[in-house]
Amino acid sequence: MKDIILMIISGLGALFIFLAAVGLLRMPDYYLRVSVTTKAATLGIGLVLVAASLYFNDFSITSRVVAIIVFMFLTAPVGAHMISRASYINDTPMWDGSVVDDLKGQYDPKTHALKSGFETSENADDAGKGHFKSEDSED
Amino acid sequence: MSLYDFLYIIILPVLIISVIMVFIRFVKGPGVGDRVISLDLLITIGIAIIAVYSVISDQPTFLDIALILALIAFLGTIAYSYYLEKKKRS
Repeated sequence: MKDIILMIISGLGALFIFLAAVGLLRMPDYYLRVSVTTKAATLGIGLVLVAASLYFNDFSITSRVVAIIVFMFLTAPVGAHMISRASYINDTPMWDGSVVDDLKGQYDPKTHALKSGFETSENADDAGKGHFKSEDSED
Repeated sequence: MSLYDFLYIIILPVLIISVIMVFIRFVKGPGVGDRVISLDLLITIGIAIIAVYSVISDQPTFLDIALILALIAFLGTIAYSYYLEKKKRS
Protein backbone atom coordinates (compact mmCIF):
# COMPACT_ATOMS: atom_id res chain seq x y z
CA MET A 1 0.00 0.00 0.00
CA LYS A 2 2.79 2.39 0.91
CA ASP A 3 4.57 1.47 -2.31
CA ILE A 4 1.55 2.42 -4.40
CA ILE A 5 1.26 5.83 -2.71
CA LEU A 6 4.97 6.43 -3.28
CA MET A 7 4.61 5.42 -6.94
CA ILE A 8 1.73 7.85 -7.46
CA ILE A 9 3.50 10.77 -5.77
CA SER A 10 6.86 10.26 -7.48
CA GLY A 11 5.13 9.62 -10.82
CA LEU A 12 3.28 12.92 -10.56
CA GLY A 13 6.51 14.70 -9.68
CA ALA A 14 8.34 13.19 -12.64
CA LEU A 15 5.41 14.13 -14.90
CA PHE A 16 5.58 17.76 -13.78
CA ILE A 17 9.34 17.89 -14.34
CA PHE A 18 8.85 16.37 -17.79
CA LEU A 19 6.21 18.98 -18.65
CA ALA A 20 8.58 21.72 -17.50
CA ALA A 21 11.30 20.37 -19.78
CA VAL A 22 8.92 20.17 -22.75
CA GLY A 23 7.75 23.72 -22.07
CA LEU A 24 11.31 24.98 -21.85
CA LEU A 25 12.05 23.41 -25.22
CA ARG A 26 8.87 24.38 -27.05
CA MET A 27 7.74 27.76 -25.73
CA PRO A 28 8.20 30.55 -28.28
CA ASP A 29 9.42 33.30 -25.98
CA TYR A 30 11.96 33.90 -23.25
CA TYR A 31 9.43 35.15 -20.70
CA LEU A 32 7.09 32.20 -21.24
CA ARG A 33 10.06 29.89 -20.71
CA VAL A 34 10.88 31.55 -17.38
CA SER A 35 7.28 31.16 -16.29
CA VAL A 36 7.17 27.45 -17.20
CA THR A 37 10.48 26.72 -15.49
CA THR A 38 9.75 28.31 -12.17
CA LYS A 39 6.23 26.96 -11.70
CA ALA A 40 6.35 23.37 -12.84
CA ALA A 41 9.82 22.49 -11.65
CA THR A 42 9.06 23.68 -8.13
CA LEU A 43 5.99 21.44 -7.83
CA GLY A 44 7.78 18.48 -9.40
CA ILE A 45 10.75 18.75 -7.06
CA GLY A 46 8.43 19.05 -4.09
CA LEU A 47 6.53 15.89 -4.99
CA VAL A 48 9.66 13.80 -5.65
CA LEU A 49 11.22 14.94 -2.37
CA VAL A 50 8.00 14.22 -0.45
CA ALA A 51 8.08 10.70 -1.91
CA ALA A 52 11.66 10.26 -0.70
CA SER A 53 10.82 11.47 2.79
CA LEU A 54 7.79 9.15 2.98
CA TYR A 55 9.98 6.23 1.94
CA PHE A 56 12.60 6.77 4.64
CA ASN A 57 10.04 7.76 7.31
CA ASP A 58 12.62 9.24 9.66
CA PHE A 59 12.49 12.55 11.49
CA SER A 60 15.95 13.81 10.51
CA ILE A 61 15.38 13.04 6.84
CA THR A 62 11.94 14.61 6.85
CA SER A 63 13.32 17.80 8.36
CA ARG A 64 16.05 17.86 5.73
CA VAL A 65 13.49 17.42 2.95
CA VAL A 66 11.28 20.15 4.39
CA ALA A 67 14.31 22.45 4.46
CA ILE A 68 15.00 21.76 0.76
CA ILE A 69 11.33 22.29 -0.22
CA VAL A 70 10.98 25.54 1.74
CA PHE A 71 14.23 26.80 0.27
CA MET A 72 13.14 25.97 -3.29
CA PHE A 73 9.73 27.59 -2.78
CA LEU A 74 11.37 30.74 -1.43
CA THR A 75 14.16 31.10 -3.96
CA ALA A 76 12.65 29.97 -7.28
CA PRO A 77 10.33 33.02 -7.71
CA VAL A 78 13.06 35.40 -6.55
CA GLY A 79 15.58 34.00 -9.00
CA ALA A 80 13.10 33.99 -11.87
CA HIS A 81 12.13 37.57 -11.16
CA MET A 82 15.76 38.72 -11.01
CA ILE A 83 16.81 37.03 -14.25
CA SER A 84 13.73 38.10 -16.21
CA ARG A 85 14.10 41.67 -14.95
CA ALA A 86 17.73 41.76 -16.08
CA SER A 87 16.75 40.35 -19.46
CA TYR A 88 13.92 42.88 -19.83
CA ILE A 89 16.33 45.72 -19.16
CA ASN A 90 18.69 44.24 -21.77
CA ASP A 91 15.85 44.34 -24.37
CA THR A 92 15.15 40.66 -24.88
CA PRO A 93 12.58 40.52 -27.70
CA MET A 94 9.03 39.38 -27.02
CA TRP A 95 6.98 36.88 -28.97
CA ASP A 96 4.98 38.30 -31.90
CA GLY A 97 1.75 37.00 -30.36
CA SER A 98 2.18 39.00 -27.14
CA VAL A 99 -0.64 41.53 -26.89
CA VAL A 100 0.41 43.84 -24.06
CA ASP A 101 3.62 45.06 -22.46
CA ASP A 102 2.74 46.84 -19.24
CA LEU A 103 6.37 47.51 -18.32
CA LYS A 104 7.11 49.51 -21.49
CA GLY A 105 8.70 52.79 -20.48
CA GLN A 106 8.30 52.14 -16.76
CA TYR A 107 11.95 51.39 -16.10
CA ASP A 108 14.30 54.32 -15.85
CA PRO A 109 17.05 53.58 -18.39
CA LYS A 110 19.78 55.05 -16.21
CA THR A 111 18.98 54.09 -12.65
CA HIS A 112 16.77 51.04 -13.42
CA ALA A 113 14.21 52.33 -10.94
CA LEU A 114 10.64 51.23 -11.56
CA LYS A 115 7.96 53.89 -11.98
CA SER A 116 4.38 53.05 -11.16
CA GLY A 117 2.68 55.68 -13.29
CA PHE A 118 0.87 57.11 -10.25
CA GLU A 119 3.54 59.53 -9.05
CA THR A 120 2.26 62.83 -7.69
CA SER A 121 4.25 66.03 -7.48
CA GLU A 122 5.16 65.40 -3.82
CA ASN A 123 6.83 62.04 -4.26
CA ALA A 124 8.02 62.49 -7.82
CA ASP A 125 11.59 63.24 -6.77
CA ASP A 126 11.67 60.09 -4.63
CA ALA A 127 11.26 57.91 -7.71
CA GLY A 128 14.97 57.34 -8.25
CA LYS A 129 15.79 56.82 -4.59
CA GLY A 130 15.23 53.10 -4.42
CA HIS A 131 17.95 50.74 -3.38
CA PHE A 132 19.49 51.13 -6.82
CA LYS A 133 20.55 54.66 -5.99
CA SER A 134 23.29 53.47 -3.67
CA GLU A 135 24.54 51.17 -6.41
CA ASP A 136 24.95 54.11 -8.74
CA SER A 137 26.95 56.14 -6.29
CA GLU A 138 29.78 53.64 -6.31
CA ASP A 139 30.50 53.83 -10.02
CA MET B 1 6.02 -4.21 -9.96
CA SER B 2 7.91 -3.17 -6.90
CA LEU B 3 8.84 0.39 -6.04
CA TYR B 4 12.44 -0.34 -6.90
CA ASP B 5 11.54 -1.45 -10.45
CA PHE B 6 9.14 1.46 -10.89
CA LEU B 7 11.81 4.02 -10.00
CA TYR B 8 14.39 2.32 -12.21
CA ILE B 9 12.20 1.70 -15.27
CA ILE B 10 9.88 4.71 -15.36
CA ILE B 11 10.96 7.61 -13.15
CA LEU B 12 14.69 7.75 -13.92
CA PRO B 13 14.26 7.52 -17.74
CA VAL B 14 11.61 10.27 -17.66
CA LEU B 15 13.97 12.50 -15.68
CA ILE B 16 16.87 11.73 -18.01
CA ILE B 17 14.78 12.55 -21.10
CA SER B 18 13.91 15.87 -19.43
CA VAL B 19 17.61 16.52 -18.81
CA ILE B 20 18.32 15.90 -22.50
CA MET B 21 15.56 18.28 -23.62
CA VAL B 22 16.71 21.01 -21.26
CA PHE B 23 20.26 20.50 -22.48
CA ILE B 24 19.13 21.04 -26.08
CA ARG B 25 17.72 24.40 -25.01
CA PHE B 26 20.96 25.07 -23.11
CA VAL B 27 23.00 24.54 -26.27
CA LYS B 28 20.85 26.40 -28.78
CA GLY B 29 19.21 29.04 -26.57
CA PRO B 30 19.31 32.35 -28.41
CA GLY B 31 20.28 34.51 -25.46
CA VAL B 32 22.23 34.41 -22.23
CA GLY B 33 19.02 34.40 -20.20
CA ASP B 34 17.82 31.19 -21.83
CA ARG B 35 21.07 29.52 -20.89
CA VAL B 36 20.86 30.74 -17.32
CA ILE B 37 17.34 29.42 -16.78
CA SER B 38 18.21 26.12 -18.46
CA LEU B 39 21.18 25.77 -16.12
CA ASP B 40 18.84 26.46 -13.22
CA LEU B 41 16.41 23.80 -14.41
CA LEU B 42 19.28 21.35 -15.03
CA ILE B 43 20.39 21.65 -11.40
CA THR B 44 16.77 21.38 -10.26
CA ILE B 45 16.29 18.12 -12.18
CA GLY B 46 19.61 17.00 -10.71
CA ILE B 47 18.12 17.42 -7.25
CA ALA B 48 15.21 15.20 -8.27
CA ILE B 49 17.57 12.54 -9.66
CA ILE B 50 19.56 12.60 -6.42
CA ALA B 51 16.36 12.13 -4.39
CA VAL B 52 15.24 9.20 -6.54
CA TYR B 53 18.69 7.64 -6.41
CA SER B 54 18.83 7.95 -2.63
CA VAL B 55 15.58 5.97 -2.47
CA ILE B 56 16.92 3.34 -4.88
CA SER B 57 20.24 2.83 -3.10
CA ASP B 58 18.73 3.34 0.39
CA GLN B 59 21.27 6.00 1.30
CA PRO B 60 19.58 9.08 2.83
CA THR B 61 22.93 10.86 3.09
CA PHE B 62 22.65 11.88 -0.57
CA LEU B 63 19.92 14.37 0.34
CA ASP B 64 22.57 16.62 1.91
CA ILE B 65 24.08 17.08 -1.53
CA ALA B 66 20.65 17.99 -2.87
CA LEU B 67 20.43 20.76 -0.26
CA ILE B 68 23.83 22.12 -1.27
CA LEU B 69 22.85 22.01 -4.96
CA ALA B 70 19.68 24.00 -4.26
CA LEU B 71 21.81 26.69 -2.60
CA ILE B 72 24.29 26.78 -5.49
CA ALA B 73 21.54 27.03 -8.14
CA PHE B 74 20.01 30.06 -6.45
CA LEU B 75 23.38 31.77 -6.03
CA GLY B 76 24.26 31.15 -9.68
CA THR B 77 21.02 32.63 -10.96
CA ILE B 78 21.34 35.71 -8.76
CA ALA B 79 24.96 36.31 -9.74
CA TYR B 80 24.22 35.95 -13.45
CA SER B 81 21.29 38.35 -13.28
CA TYR B 82 23.35 40.88 -11.32
CA TYR B 83 26.08 41.00 -13.93
CA LEU B 84 23.63 40.88 -16.86
CA GLU B 85 21.99 43.98 -15.46
CA LYS B 86 25.35 45.70 -15.02
CA LYS B 87 26.32 44.98 -18.63
CA LYS B 88 24.03 47.50 -20.32
CA ARG B 89 24.68 50.34 -17.92
CA SER B 90 28.40 50.85 -18.30
